Amino acid sequence: MNSLFPSIVSRSQSSGLMNFFVPIISIVLTLITGSIIFILLGFDPVYALYTFFISPISSTYGISELFVKATPLALIAIGLSYCFKNNIYNIGAEGQLTMGAIFGGGIGILFHDTNAFWLLPLMIFAGAIGGALWGLIPAILKTKFNTNEILTSLMLVYVALFILDYLVVGPWKDPFGYSFPKSRPFSESGRMPLLFDGLRVHFGLIITLFLIFVSWFIFSKTIFGFQLKVSGYSPKAARYAGFNQTTLVFFAFAICGAFAGIAGLAEVSGPIGLLYRDISPNYGFTAIIVAFLGRLHPIGIIFASLVIALTYLGAEDAQLFLQIPSAVGFIFQGLVLFYLLGAELLINYKLTYKKLL
Amino acid sequence: MSDTILNIENITKSFPRVIANKKVTFDIKKNAVHAILGENGAGKSTLVKILYGLLEPDEGNIKLNNKDFKVNSPAEARKQGIGMVFQHFSLFDSLSVKENLILGIDEKMSYSDLENKLENISSRYNLTLDLDAPITALSAGEKQRVEIVRILLQDPQILIMDEPTSVLTPQEVESLFVTLNALVKEGRTILYITHKLEEVISICDTVTIMRSGEIIDTSTTANQTAKTLATKMLGQKLDDLKTNYGHIKDEVNFEVKNISCDFNDPFLTDLKNISFQVRVGEIYGIAGVAGNGQSELMDILIGENINIKSGSITFDNKKIEKYGPQRRRDLSISFVPENRLGHSAVPELSLSENILLSQFPKNNFIRNGIILKNNVDDFANNVINEFKVITPGNDAKASSLSGGNLQKYVIGREISSKPKILIISHPTWGIDAGAEHSIRESLIELSQNGTSIIVISQDLDELIEITHKISVIYDGNLSKPFKTSEIEIEKLGLLMGGKNE
Repeated sequence: MNSLFPSIVSRSQSSGLMNFFVPIISIVLTLITGSIIFILLGFDPVYALYTFFISPISSTYGISELFVKATPLALIAIGLSYCFKNNIYNIGAEGQLTMGAIFGGGIGILFHDTNAFWLLPLMIFAGAIGGALWGLIPAILKTKFNTNEILTSLMLVYVALFILDYLVVGPWKDPFGYSFPKSRPFSESGRMPLLFDGLRVHFGLIITLFLIFVSWFIFSKTIFGFQLKVSGYSPKAARYAGFNQTTLVFFAFAICGAFAGIAGLAEVSGPIGLLYRDISPNYGFTAIIVAFLGRLHPIGIIFASLVIALTYLGAEDAQLFLQIPSAVGFIFQGLVLFYLLGAELLINYKLTYKKLL
Repeated sequence: MSDTILNIENITKSFPRVIANKKVTFDIKKNAVHAILGENGAGKSTLVKILYGLLEPDEGNIKLNNKDFKVNSPAEARKQGIGMVFQHFSLFDSLSVKENLILGIDEKMSYSDLENKLENISSRYNLTLDLDAPITALSAGEKQRVEIVRILLQDPQILIMDEPTSVLTPQEVESLFVTLNALVKEGRTILYITHKLEEVISICDTVTIMRSGEIIDTSTTANQTAKTLATKMLGQKLDDLKTNYGHIKDEVNFEVKNISCDFNDPFLTDLKNISFQVRVGEIYGIAGVAGNGQSELMDILIGENINIKSGSITFDNKKIEKYGPQRRRDLSISFVPENRLGHSAVPELSLSENILLSQFPKNNFIRNGIILKNNVDDFANNVINEFKVITPGNDAKASSLSGGNLQKYVIGREISSKPKILIISHPTWGIDAGAEHSIRESLIELSQNGTSIIVISQDLDELIEITHKISVIYDGNLSKPFKTSEIEIEKLGLLMGGKNE
């Protein structure tokens, strides 16, 4: 007789090829599950999937929108991989994004009637600083007091959101804004330049690709990237090697915060043009999925950001054409993560049914 | 009718890379202590795992009392009358002796039955135990007694003992032998797995010698000497490694003075006023039973722990006790801690990448923060070739190497940078005989070229073979050093057991 529940046993070796297939398998399973959900809701699955995944990107404008959404996702995800490689679970990128938007946006509001070439670079720099400082709070708490960074970084998201809330209804409210909770618009030179006329895809995409390239270089060629990796795999080996793990934690959080901060600034100085309450549709959280779907690899993250960006667009189209709540987009994101984690477990472990005597 | 209890016929078992048992055939007589003697990796463990139902043989038969014997699990083996005491104990540290015993019993039994049985077993076999003591409070010998009692509760005909004396002090070994003799007198059979020659001669009746998976000989021990057994076991004439003191200089280049360290942790041993000196070219051994402060001392010698209460470490006239590992490496001090996987090497990384865990100033692996991959790869290839590491290449993951190969690689990495002093813990722990021999040789060679070496090891044979001086660590205290060539084993044994005269 076998036991009722399987036990999880470590596989002696996991295939390297599977590392590549895991994201693909999870996307395929997500599509299958999505079709079942659509059928249960009474839709033709082919039409629904078409509406969700194909029609949003069947125009130039749609493809531009895909890149608009993918830009912050990819930038935050590559920043998160500095933390995740080091086994630090920073899930507060949304807060770091918000702080970046506040710092950079604050410069934009201060110089709202200035037009100068230095304004946007200054805003980007301030955004990076804001995000990095916000990221350093959990780093300090973790290294000094041994607090769990998952909790502290998450809670700081809400603190950052409330600060933004306060600023846009209080001191930074647009005096000509009819009491709406929003700031003054930034001046023209405080905006991300558009890459193509009439499309919203902006210079943030170039910054993102540049930072992804830099990160690839750091991860694969530098001793700093190596130290992050070693300390993530085995803290004891890192100690033996003499790597300073406190410094590594600080750097990982600061870089991740800076990237999220730049992503936040790119949002407010790009498509939005001012500060208001809802600057991000949870990019900071969704980027966690992007980072893992991309397996913390720069190229993987680029593809993963496009896939997940599509769920945002698909959700809008589904709401419009199928009258399904746009929350279905989050369902798809959740399914991807669910299958990803499941497939990952089954690659490294197998289920066996123990014999009962 | 015969007095044979177990017939092992043509047992063959192969693993992906090695044939562990090749047509193993021999009989075990009832009512005797039967030794299986062989080096690490000779196939002893595989054979007893087959007997105990942990492995299935590819071919062959086993007969117990002339009946076919085939079991799929240790529980079945115990039911058929075979019990086993492992080298590594499987006890719950935080539970009491009694609780551990109850957990080990397959059938239902009441407390009072259990206590009666225990009393009986204790008095008959010289196995006194404090039933309410937590396992953590016990010495290795006492833990082993718990394991033996647990097996005896099931009344086995055959008791397999896997390297039972490896963690015991000489005094505990004596007491174990009394127990084993009592068990045999009762009509039980003991299968005694070991690689220690003296033990075979002193308590075993018959000995089966294994070498690379094959049976070399089965004979009575009566006419054997340690020398004849060793020749059969090793398969070649032992070239006696003579400790050579000639190259050692008078100059002391590493000195530990009055190091004390408190941890306030029941699972760690506080270090008490530890002092020793190592001269240039000298191999200094630190012996002791595991858990007497070795790993705590190692952390302090590496610099992973720099929070000492008092004392100093001096190297080349510099005080280094507050230096971290990298600053010590910059002075040409090199380390090999006990654990390979996850400490001196990262299993998930390639052999090449593992080189970067230990960088010395002369290495030239990094320029402006960028890894010079070619230099690292060349270094890795050199280590692989020079130390005969068996691997497909420098991009193979560390986890894909066998224990012995990885250890050769790690030690090779450290030796290749020609350190002034090498601090190494358990250099040949858990690795095969071939690798063991080559590692010991390279350590001796290194010392002859002027490197000082500190070896922390539980393996007394190893220390006697390679060191010039030995001191013993017991409960965080380090004894004075003894010249290895003049050492008395008896004396070391007493010190390891905590008896200072």
